[in-house]
Amino acid sequence: MPRHFVPRNDDLLFLRSFPFSVLIPLRGLFFLAARKNANKFAFFARSASSVPFFSLFLHDLYLRYNLAERMKEQNIDIKTTIEESDYKYGFTSDIETEFIPKGLNEEVIRLISAKKEEPEWMLELRLKAYRHWLTMKHPTWGHLDIPEIDFNDIIYFAAPKKKKQLASMDEVDPELKATFDKLGIPLEEQKVLAGVAVDAVFDSVSVKTTFQKELAEKGIIFCPISEAIREYPELVRKYLGSVVPYADNFYAALNTAVFSDGSFCYIPKGVRCPVELSTYFRINAQGTGQFERTLIVADEGAYVSYLEGCTAPQRDENQLHAAVVEIVVERDAEVKYSTVQNWYPGDKEGKGGIYNFVTKRGLCKENAHLFWTQVETGSAITWKYPSCVLMGDNSVGEFYSVAMTNNFQQADTGTKMIHIGRNTRSRIVSKGISAGQSQNAYRGLVKVMPKAENARNYSQCDSLLIGDRCGAHTFPTVDCRNSSAQLEHEATTSKISEEQLFYCNQRGLSTEDAVGLIVGGYAREVLAKLPMEFAVEAQKLLSISLEGSVG
Amino acid sequence: MLKIKNLRASVDGKEILRGIDFEVKAGEVHAIMGPNGSGKSTLASVIAGSDKFTVEADELSFEGEDLRDMSIEERARKGLFLGFQYPVEIPGVTMANFMKIAVNEQRKSRGEEPLTAAEFLKMMREKAKVVELDAKMTSRAVNEGFSGGEKKKNEIFQMAMLDPKLAILDETDSGLDIDALRIVATGVTKLHTPQNATVVITHYQRLLDYIVPDFVHVLYKGKIIYSGDKSLALKLEKEGYDWLINDYKE
Repeated sequence: MPRHFVPRNDDLLFLRSFPFSVLIPLRGLFFLAARKNANKFAFFARSASSVPFFSLFLHDLYLRYNLAERMKEQNIDIKTTIEESDYKYGFTSDIETEFIPKGLNEEVIRLISAKKEEPEWMLELRLKAYRHWLTMKHPTWGHLDIPEIDFNDIIYFAAPKKKKQLASMDEVDPELKATFDKLGIPLEEQKVLAGVAVDAVFDSVSVKTTFQKELAEKGIIFCPISEAIREYPELVRKYLGSVVPYADNFYAALNTAVFSDGSFCYIPKGVRCPVELSTYFRINAQGTGQFERTLIVADEGAYVSYLEGCTAPQRDENQLHAAVVEIVVERDAEVKYSTVQNWYPGDKEGKGGIYNFVTKRGLCKENAHLFWTQVETGSAITWKYPSCVLMGDNSVGEFYSVAMTNNFQQADTGTKMIHIGRNTRSRIVSKGISAGQSQNAYRGLVKVMPKAENARNYSQCDSLLIGDRCGAHTFPTVDCRNSSAQLEHEATTSKISEEQLFYCNQRGLSTEDAVGLIVGGYAREVLAKLPMEFAVEAQKLLSISLEGSVG
Repeated sequence: MLKIKNLRASVDGKEILRGIDFEVKAGEVHAIMGPNGSGKSTLASVIAGSDKFTVEADELSFEGEDLRDMSIEERARKGLFLGFQYPVEIPGVTMANFMKIAVNEQRKSRGEEPLTAAEFLKMMREKAKVVELDAKMTSRAVNEGFSGGEKKKNEIFQMAMLDPKLAILDETDSGLDIDALRIVATGVTKLHTPQNATVVITHYQRLLDYIVPDFVHVLYKGKIIYSGDKSLALKLEKEGYDWLINDYKE
């Protein structure tokens, strides 16, 4: 006989300035009565049950190879394609440019597909997705205030622009440079990030080649997804859309219709990827598209650790980023996916900034293990739920998140753990940090299907408030259909206290350093899950993102 | 070293310190005693620079510099240390990390190079001995899950690390068992030199068996109403404050 509990819902914790702390250990089953937010919850739960996931999302950064090289190639390709074709699509006036005019229609999609020399099936998929997208409405359930987006005012295809190259570091925006210095990014790398011509000391091309050779020897495929669609069509066709179908949600449909590029990664059976794909990716791609598509497949018994993102500040004029990341973790395989997201968050008045609406989901087969770790400090609006579908027996999903918002940023992020197989286990550790006048929501779904005998979940979601004008909200949802499940949920809300700051100040720490230290300590459990070098940078990033939030 | 003339401090319009004159010279040990609510902790906080209080004074200086122009951290870096009555917890931040930043900030303000990791660890091991602190403690989060005694030892450990010119210890003896009291008090005594000074705020004479004060002051209703030598503490222990308070009533 399932018992129904109503967990304490912290979602009214707006603008509270007093220290507040709740601890709710819950065992057994619980079901969230949605109270005021009935609509949101209903929508969330419904979409979650029909398709394993609903999430929007965004774009991250991506580190690819040395992009300049690739951009160049691509520009040439596109130009050649356009010039050679008769340009039957009616954009004759724009032949010289690398843009397709603003707006979205089937012609635009055909053109994107043609420019990327895609096979017919890919075009069909894009069109199907587009037609479905036309029938969908923009979701409204997020705890977010999103200005209306005019989807016909967006350029859906622009060849990655080559940034203007600067002659030396002296020409770089001093503020940007100061941030690089604070992050401790090596000078040569700073140059690449800032678009300064790089001398021979930093030969990322050869680094890339070295790694690629090593990867190729093991049969690992790691390339742009557009290349994979042409070179490995069977693999891509088998897996693309298998975790996030085009009809999954509004932005997944849009992404499937218009995605520009992204990464494809395949680790063959039994292979342990010898490098953190992070190190390899260290230099970020500039000008990657708004609609990224990533597909990672770890075949049976394989292992890979993948890092997306970069701690350096990312500037981008594109406002909307809607990416899709799909991960397939086959039997006995293990994937670690780490994200550090530091997109432009808008200015202190809340003007500008990226909308980061991303769908990320992994499918775990028998005994598979998937870790998501994310540190989100950027973007004006972050809306995403990296999730695990625990399909196979004994599979494990883990989610570790630090989401920080400052000034007028908004975040609605969390995860979904869908327990389908027997003895499946999941663990959620979410740490929200709100400062300024920002709004930060954790939204999570733990769903246990009828056949998921002995499923276990542990969820912990903590919120930290800095100042008295920000908001922290928690929307935990549990849908349990098997009475053998064991589910635990803990939540706390805390504040950086005057006493803590006084204590640190009295030991000689400035208030800014003290806040950074306290926040770093709070987030330590999550940061510890990141690859070492990124953990250090991510901690610094948290401090930097908080600048000006106190005092 | 520390010069205070006619110091007044209030919070929310309520005056807590009502004209304090107090001077500490290098090499001295002062004890401040007084009934609960007389303003002892406020005095410590005001000297450390807490912004909770509205402060007025004819003089408030440390080593010839006006404290009122300095932030809390600037005062700390100049060598002013406050041992807290209730040390706060900072979850997830190890003592080692916390102290490393504190020590290096202080060094930076003096124009010195930061310590290397090895130098720092060595220093930390040595200083931990002063208060018989288990070196493992330094890998725990600041005060998190510390017992009352550990927290107080930890304050004196931090004092040893930062080597302040003036240490103000706010009821460092409260809540300690007899052994812990001896360890903490002996630690403070070991750190005392002719170049630095210590102000201990306490309710109990027994602390002063270890830390022998040159001066004992009685604070009452925001004023120092009586000062004497060590024998004053003994007399207070025996007779309480009544004789002084009665005496003081206008």
